[in-house]
Order: sequence, then C-alpha cells, then structure tokens
Amino acid sequence: MAEKVVNQEMIKPENLVYQKTKVLNDNVMHYCPGCGHGTAHRIIAEVIEEMDIQSEIIGIAPVGCSVLMYNYFNVDMQEAAHGRAPAVGTAVKRLLPEKFVFTYQGDGDLAAIGTAETIHACNRGENITMFFINNGIYGMTGGQMAPTTLEGMKSSTSPYGRDIPMMGNPLKMTELVAQLPGTCYVTRQAVHDPSHVRKTKKAVRKALEYQKKNMGTSFIEIVSNCNSGWKMAPVEANNWMVENMFPFFPLGDLKVPEEK
Amino acid sequence: MAKVKGTIVVDIEKCKGCEICVTACPTSVISMSVEVNGKGYPYAYLNDPDGCTGCSNCAIVCPDGVITVYRQKIG
Repeated sequence: MAEKVVNQEMIKPENLVYQKTKVLNDNVMHYCPGCGHGTAHRIIAEVIEEMDIQSEIIGIAPVGCSVLMYNYFNVDMQEAAHGRAPAVGTAVKRLLPEKFVFTYQGDGDLAAIGTAETIHACNRGENITMFFINNGIYGMTGGQMAPTTLEGMKSSTSPYGRDIPMMGNPLKMTELVAQLPGTCYVTRQAVHDPSHVRKTKKAVRKALEYQKKNMGTSFIEIVSNCNSGWKMAPVEANNWMVENMFPFFPLGDLKVPEEK
Repeated sequence: MAKVKGTIVVDIEKCKGCEICVTACPTSVISMSVEVNGKGYPYAYLNDPDGCTGCSNCAIVCPDGVITVYRQKIG
C-alpha cells in the first residue's frame, strides 16, 4: 500500500498546531494500548512545558504500572517505595522548598498501602501536588481487587463481583482528603475524550499554580481505564468507565481555594 | 469563511492501535490500517485528506503521543 502520509505540502513548521511535548522523551511507553497513564503523563508534561518549570520540578514515581515513569519524563525523578510517594515528596519539598514537587500514584499505591502517607501528607498540608490515577483495579500485578473496585465489579480476586458484606466498600479517597484542612485544591477528572483531557490539563495547571503560591496540598484524581485488567478493548473500556465508574466517582472540583 | 484544512502525521512504529483517536475524530477521517507495524499493531492513518480540519482532538487523546497535527488556512 502507498505511503499513508497525505497532504505532504502542508507539513511545514509554520503549520504545526500540535506535537508531542519535549518534556517527554522518545522512549516508547510500556503501557498497554489505550491506557490512561500515557495521556496523564503527556498532559502533566505539557503543563510543565507551558509553565517553563522543567528544570525546577521534581517528580516522585510510585510502584504500580507507572513505576517506570522516570524513563519517560525529562525532569528530575525519584522512585519511592510502594505507597510512600507522599512521604518522599514531603522530604524533597522540605529540603528544596523552591522546587516544584509532584507525586504520581495509582489506586493500589495511594489508596491501599499508602493510605496513611496520603492522608497525613494532605492533613499536614504539605505543599506538593498529588496525582491519583484511579482505575479501580491492581493493573500491574494482574487485575486483583483494589480498595477502589466498584461494587459488583469482577476482578481476578473477586471473580463473582465485589461483594460488599464480604469485601467491604469501595474507597473514595478524593472525598476523604477533601475534608482535611491541609488540602487547597481537590478535584476529580478523566482523560478518556478530548474535552475531559482539556479540563484535566486546566486542573493540572491550577494545581501547580497553587503550589507556586504555597497554598497547601493539591490533589487531582484522574479516573482512568484499565482495559487489560477489565478485559475489554480500549474504546469499550472507556465506555464502560463512563457508564459505571462516573456515577460512583463523579467528576468535578470538590474543593477550590477562595481567590484572594 | 476561511476554510481550514489539516493533516496528521502518525509515528507508525510507536502507534499501539488502541483506536481511541478514531472515536475522538469529529469528522471520522481516521481509520486503522489493515497491515501492522513492527510490533504487530494495526496503526492509525488519515483516510480522507480533505476531511481533516486539524482540530488536534486525536492528538490530545493519544495515550502514546504519536500524532502530530498541521493546519493551514485555504482561501
């Protein structure tokens, strides 16, 4: 078949409207096709580029699917033990208060083993930005049930669906930290379609602006898909997420600081 | 009204064939190839050169950031 690049005469630098940001490097991401992690990485990197803080930001990588995220970002990164990214982020921010610090964690990391670190970092009002990717499942280890798994949702350790009397209720981490006095900005967003990607990007920008003003912890949950864990095609997984995840995890701002 | 025409360039070897760009395209001009890339994934391509408006919706939802968008005003 012929070369698939069409309108060859339009491909000039002056016509360029969108290209991958330079804050992400050229490594191919190891994520499954259609995974929300890639989009989340890209919008964080785009905001870093827009704010021109590439040399001033330090990221804390988690354990989970995004454990290798330091391979993709052209910024300083530090790997943390499972669930301990907010604690490491606290240390980095206290030692280098003039730098921007963000943590990036999945739901197995932030909402399960790292619950204590998360809640206490938010309660202390550490001046860091926390990204929480919620896909309702332990993706990396093979689709086991996570604290955020929905009622009735099938996973490899709840093959008949999550049974509330037996396995407990799904945890709404974002609602939990919104009540804490240390947080300044708490929001829940998604990255499955263009409009939500744009909204999430605005939220990421706001969170880093609040960090610049030393206003306290900013917490962004991104509801994402896990098509491998859910055993669906990527587009089907996104539709499933809209139908099932959003009623339980409604999108929007939970806490917004008062403008001074 | 000035007409706007766009085009996309897909980094074929990095495309994983998730088809999220296909559903995001408002003018439905992105299709998946029949042949596969080096990793065995079908890849996205522009099937109608005149239909693309360069809105960059496909590029901003691409999890792997493989799409580059160009846009030009015509007339």
